[in-house]
Amino acid sequence: MTALSKRKSPVSVSKIIVYLVLIVWSLTTIYPFIWVIMNSFKKNAYIQQSSFTMPVGKRFTMQNFQTAFERIDIGSAYLNSLLISIAVTILVILLAGLSAFALARYQFRGKKILESLIVASMMFPVFATIIPVFRMEYRWGIVNNDNNLISLLSVILPQVAGNLSFAIIVLRGYIQGLPIELEESAFLEGCNVVQIFTKIILPVAKPSFATVSIFTFLWSYNDLFTQMFFLDRPGTRTITLLLSQITSQAGTNYGFMNASVILVVIPVLIIYILLQKNIIKGMTIGAVKG
Amino acid sequence: MNAMIYRKKGALFLFLIPSLIFMAVFLYYPFVMNIINSFLHITALGDKALGVNQPWYENYVKLFQDTLMGVALKNTFLMMLLPIVFQVGIALVLALLVDNIRFGTQFFRTAFFFPIVISASALGLMFNLVFLYDGGMINQLLQALHLQQANLPVDWKDKSHALATMFIPVCWQYVGFYFVILATGLNNISQELYEAAEIDGATKMQCIGHITLPLLRNTLCTCLVLAITGALKVFDLPWVMFPSGMPMDTTWLTGTYMYQQAWKLGDVDYSSTIAIEFVVLVVVLSQAASRVFKEKEY
Repeated sequence: MTALSKRKSPVSVSKIIVYLVLIVWSLTTIYPFIWVIMNSFKKNAYIQQSSFTMPVGKRFTMQNFQTAFERIDIGSAYLNSLLISIAVTILVILLAGLSAFALARYQFRGKKILESLIVASMMFPVFATIIPVFRMEYRWGIVNNDNNLISLLSVILPQVAGNLSFAIIVLRGYIQGLPIELEESAFLEGCNVVQIFTKIILPVAKPSFATVSIFTFLWSYNDLFTQMFFLDRPGTRTITLLLSQITSQAGTNYGFMNASVILVVIPVLIIYILLQKNIIKGMTIGAVKG
Repeated sequence: MNAMIYRKKGALFLFLIPSLIFMAVFLYYPFVMNIINSFLHITALGDKALGVNQPWYENYVKLFQDTLMGVALKNTFLMMLLPIVFQVGIALVLALLVDNIRFGTQFFRTAFFFPIVISASALGLMFNLVFLYDGGMINQLLQALHLQQANLPVDWKDKSHALATMFIPVCWQYVGFYFVILATGLNNISQELYEAAEIDGATKMQCIGHITLPLLRNTLCTCLVLAITGALKVFDLPWVMFPSGMPMDTTWLTGTYMYQQAWKLGDVDYSSTIAIEFVVLVVVLSQAASRVFKEKEY
């Protein structure tokens, strides 16, 4: 390939066209966010007339962010979102990790049936289970409970169940591919099975656990549908839920809308830039979830 | 040796039971209950069923007579067909282009994938501003280019534009997702094949037609199946941009219509029936899709 490339001039017309097309598409993904950032620092009157200008001079204002902090409780919404997503991720990793280990290493009767039950449950769309889950949790009294934490639990439980089967399948595939010699020598040193899991499997299978965590976390964080179903009390609003309700609250205060989008997107953006390789891998492996 | 470590089955239950309980209580039991609910009469999410429907299959008849359900189904099918062209198609073009360059591939990957990590409600809000009637990005851009008169902005959310305005962001968001899958597939194609073809005098286009696309077939099939089944589950973005099927019940999708029936209209049993139709659609279509785009062994 190198020999062939040498023959060509470094800058050809076709290369320029290729770059042009790619840059145009990346502009469609990046520019809208830049546009929102610019307008979040702009006075309302200018947003509707000159939205493509920089927010400088008489156009500049911090008012939109001030309004956002006054009008909506972003702090507690972030806290609720993080509580839910972290709890879901930890539970999924723990439960799925143990089950994946068991399925990868043990031979027992009924294993085939169990595996097909797990695969089949991935086909259940959330739409088909959410109403009975709501009715069940309502009977338990945990939906819209006075205690905000218990209300959050009503979202955590179905989200854990929804991610378990996928996580088990991914982790199991990875654990099965690990060399068994490590476990054998640990066994000879006197480790029991639980110790083998915590001291050998967990550290060695760390990359696949990381992938599954990222996928589960983002899925749970962005899952508006389940949150809309279960969280109806003001104190339990998550950040996604809050945003979905802002349109009606903001009216024509577009600066405020721009500012709220920015406040929600910026933390995700920072995390994405820091962890992009892992995130892209985690999300595309999530593709199998189908 | 392996058998020796894992012969004692005691720990096995400890490992499996918690997950199994979760799946039984939150997936299998509700799934069965949902089917039962579709035959009962339930008027509020938290209330007990008021008995069996008269006749018991009432909801299933309603499903076929309901014109709004027809709208939802039509839109859902559109939502499945459009991504084939606009998500997988654009992603394929971009992936082929990126495969030809050396500088900036990582940048393009990052930029294209970016919209996927942003929550759909933030994107919905952003697109509300982009498509705004009074001074939105699109209208201001068209005016700046003198393609639109300043006093006659287009209402992108009216009856004639609403569907396009809903589909564009949904398609746009996931292009990067298929791009990454296809780009990975392209990377796996051996460079030697291209070198051999080039020595034989093949042009770039011939290389793509005779080497790249045939070898990428299986990856493309995966993408198409994913795009079709993924389209069924779209909920967040349409709901934030076009709540309650507005304008005038034109933008319903199966998911949003089901939510509306359960929460806003209190017809819980009918909502369950929609969910069952949904499951049938998912199963039939994903089976059909994987048959049609069957993977080939090379």
